[in-house]
Amino acid sequence: MTATLTAPAAAPPSPAGPRRKRRTLSPTLLAFVLVPLLVETLWVFWPALQGVYLSFTSWDGVSAATLVGFGNYAELFSDPTFGKAFLDTVLWLVLFGGLSAVGGLAMAMLLLKDRRGVGFYRAALFTPVVFSLVATALIWQAIYQPNGLVNTVLGAIGLDSWQHSWLSDANTALYAVIVPALWRQIGYIMVLYLAGLKGIDPTLYEAATVDGASKWQQFTKITLPQLSSVNSVVLSVIIIDSLRSFDVVWALTRGGPYHSSELLSTYMYSTAFQSLRLGYASALAVVIFVLAFGVILTYLVRAFRDADA
Amino acid sequence: MSRRPLRTGGYHLVAGGISLLWLLPIILVVVTSIRSFDDVAANGVGSLPHSFTLDNFGQAWVDGGEFQAMVNSLIVTIPAVIITLALGAISAFALSRYDLPFRRTVLLVMLAGNLLPPQILLVPVSKMAEMLGIYDTLGALIGVQIGFGLGFYTFVLYGFMRAIPNEIQQAAVIDGATPLQLFWRIILPLTRPALASLAALAFTWVFNDLLWSITVIRTDSKFPITSALLGLQGQYVSQWNVIAAGSVIAAIPTVAVFLRFQRHFVAGLALGAVK
Repeated sequence: MTATLTAPAAAPPSPAGPRRKRRTLSPTLLAFVLVPLLVETLWVFWPALQGVYLSFTSWDGVSAATLVGFGNYAELFSDPTFGKAFLDTVLWLVLFGGLSAVGGLAMAMLLLKDRRGVGFYRAALFTPVVFSLVATALIWQAIYQPNGLVNTVLGAIGLDSWQHSWLSDANTALYAVIVPALWRQIGYIMVLYLAGLKGIDPTLYEAATVDGASKWQQFTKITLPQLSSVNSVVLSVIIIDSLRSFDVVWALTRGGPYHSSELLSTYMYSTAFQSLRLGYASALAVVIFVLAFGVILTYLVRAFRDADA
Repeated sequence: MSRRPLRTGGYHLVAGGISLLWLLPIILVVVTSIRSFDDVAANGVGSLPHSFTLDNFGQAWVDGGEFQAMVNSLIVTIPAVIITLALGAISAFALSRYDLPFRRTVLLVMLAGNLLPPQILLVPVSKMAEMLGIYDTLGALIGVQIGFGLGFYTFVLYGFMRAIPNEIQQAAVIDGATPLQLFWRIILPLTRPALASLAALAFTWVFNDLLWSITVIRTDSKFPITSALLGLQGQYVSQWNVIAAGSVIAAIPTVAVFLRFQRHFVAGLALGAVK
């Protein structure tokens, strides 16, 4: 539905050639570009560079920062909490990312056709996207309480032995936190896939049906290949969101108990603002950045193609 | 012919069941928010309600400080959304409608800034806000929200503005329009759908943000609604009726925006998804 928004199929021909107009830069136009660029430089690019610099220092935020070279990075290797946070982030990426992609696509296919009630169903799946992750987290915290909904339901169906204090058990905390994150993300991914599915030419399916292709064949041979560009966006969104994920974990467990639900982002935050080890936290942030960097580059290459089109 | 109603019924059973499951947490929080503390304490958060009261909302709103927090959130969100969109619109206009040098590079650098993980900015931004003397003020929060969102809005608006036919621009230029007039009278009005989508999205993003607000704000009375909710959770430990009421209040503005701009909102989320 928004195909033309980001990638204008027929870009206006730029006035090239020897008698090119508007060669001189008007001050207005220059300001139009420079002011936003300066704002972003002040709040994003300059701090980002400082962040990289700080990762080579030891700093408590009060006294002067001292350069320690790669000391912080060396420490990361032998820091068991970092290892735990790293593995949890990978697990988060696989579970949160994988399930939201599969769930989002499944829901989009289920709710693709316009029929009675479909608007309501879509809105229902979509509603959590509007809530803040903090509100979401508090809702789920109530659900996970010892006398909350999950345990009530388990008790009602005779599974009393499964009852649990979900968030305070190190074995279940991370999984308990993933569920609300998924509850929210699936609706978002569904919207992306709905947009993609609507863009597929229906005659492809008609032709396939005439040729006797089964539903499964149509899915693997038409739907998935046609969705390849949406898939790459979904993949980017998932990876970037996974590395950024913070709110829901922070509100539910703050990474605990005993770092059992620690992600790189929560570990970075508590190292910086609770332990006040700003240099070490910056090194953690650089690791998160480096992990995201590949995705950012891929995303930009795609954007470059689109902008070129 | 006789199989159709059966299949339709099955469809509604599956889709309706999933929808109900999806709405269940929301129903639960609304129900909890109108139950009394004694009821929740005696019967558990997961039980059916045995009481009805609206006191919880008053408690969260007044004693829990949500009124102040809501004001703070709106003070941050409204200017941040307007300024980000304004800055995004002018840069997108200049980059998309004129042959500026390095325009593609500028565009992509701006987008890259938005894709950065915010964690790498947290420490420097909080220190920079201290240096500028705006640490622990809503101004710092507005600033960082603008800076961090700008790249994405510019990118989306760029795509939108590029799709506007060149003839329109040429006609206006022949009539003697300056770039400013062209922007204000022609391009901006044509970009309204995209602006509406982005505004609805940006409102929820900024309003719902937690990470930046707990990074640059320290004083409780300056907390926006998300961090105030976390405070409520500490203040009213296991008083789920009050916490639920607080969550409901915090969700009202974004739900209102969503309901009012539903079409734009959904279109906005899909922006950039479809090549």
